[in-house]
Amino acid sequence: MIVTINGERRELPSSATVASVVELLDVAPAARGVAVALNGEVVTRSRWSQTELPDGARIEVVAAIQGG
Amino acid sequence: MTPISESWRIADRELGSRLILGTGGFTSHDLLTRALRASGTELCTVALRRLDPAARGSILDVLDAAGVQVLPNTAGCFTARDAIVTAQLAREAFATDWIKLEVIGDDRTLLPDAVELIAAAEALVEDGFVVLPYTTDDPVLARRLEDVGCAAVMPLGSPIGSGMGIRNPYNISIIIERAGVPVILDAGVGTASDAALAMELGCDGVLCASAISRAHDPAAMARAIRLAVESGRLARGAGRIPRRRYAEASTPEDGLPVFGVPGVAE
Repeated sequence: MIVTINGERRELPSSATVASVVELLDVAPAARGVAVALNGEVVTRSRWSQTELPDGARIEVVAAIQGG
Repeated sequence: MTPISESWRIADRELGSRLILGTGGFTSHDLLTRALRASGTELCTVALRRLDPAARGSILDVLDAAGVQVLPNTAGCFTARDAIVTAQLAREAFATDWIKLEVIGDDRTLLPDAVELIAAAEALVEDGFVVLPYTTDDPVLARRLEDVGCAAVMPLGSPIGSGMGIRNPYNISIIIERAGVPVILDAGVGTASDAALAMELGCDGVLCASAISRAHDPAAMARAIRLAVESGRLARGAGRIPRRRYAEASTPEDGLPVFGVPGVAE
């Protein structure tokens, strides 16, 4: 299926979860300062591995930067 | 005398330093670390952006090592909806329900969008956040933000990064007189005297980013602004003299000798 990860279209197996996306981006599962939104809703870390991606999903993976 | 080390509170959190540091604009983690140390701050803003797989070293490690607490912001959000989702992402990423709420209405002035700001503040308070909104220097808007449950109000002195100081000190004074929550001057500080003025007006704290991070010597400016915040706070507590249009002699006139004209007896 095709999903959009941080604005980039990617092909993923239909069983892909939020956790697979995070892994794809090379983020350690325990990495701090990282959060994920799926179709505009936050997915808490404890649900990353059980949250499957719907076809056409928009995923935003964000991390801490300097700011403000 | 107001003790310089007197602590203060935002919501249920006690803080010693009245200087909140923005971490944006520092060109290296080392410069940031030195400025953090020199500023004496206990609370620093951070932001969220799309993860950059090439990024090295987390800002969080730098802040941890410096022993400061994290205040995530919603910088770059133009709608209540974006600000709300960003705040929820920040809660997840930083394990804090504190949020410095910014909802910008215009990308040249970066001034707050009052309508979206109130909507976002209300929703986030409802969702359990401790909301610290970046707002204009409008006393009515500040009161509305307090009414919806914000834990502080953060009026601008002038636009973000402009270094124009406090353009309307009278409005800041009115906000302070009426506020039941801490008032933190946010945005516009260009140098130490601006921070001192904010505290002399009666602000509870000052948030400062560009004035320090973009200074020629950030650590030196951090120390200067730290001292200015302390000086301003002391001066506020000490009570300034009223302004008057004409002079008032500080030396008494009584007992002034009379010399007459040289060589001429009375």
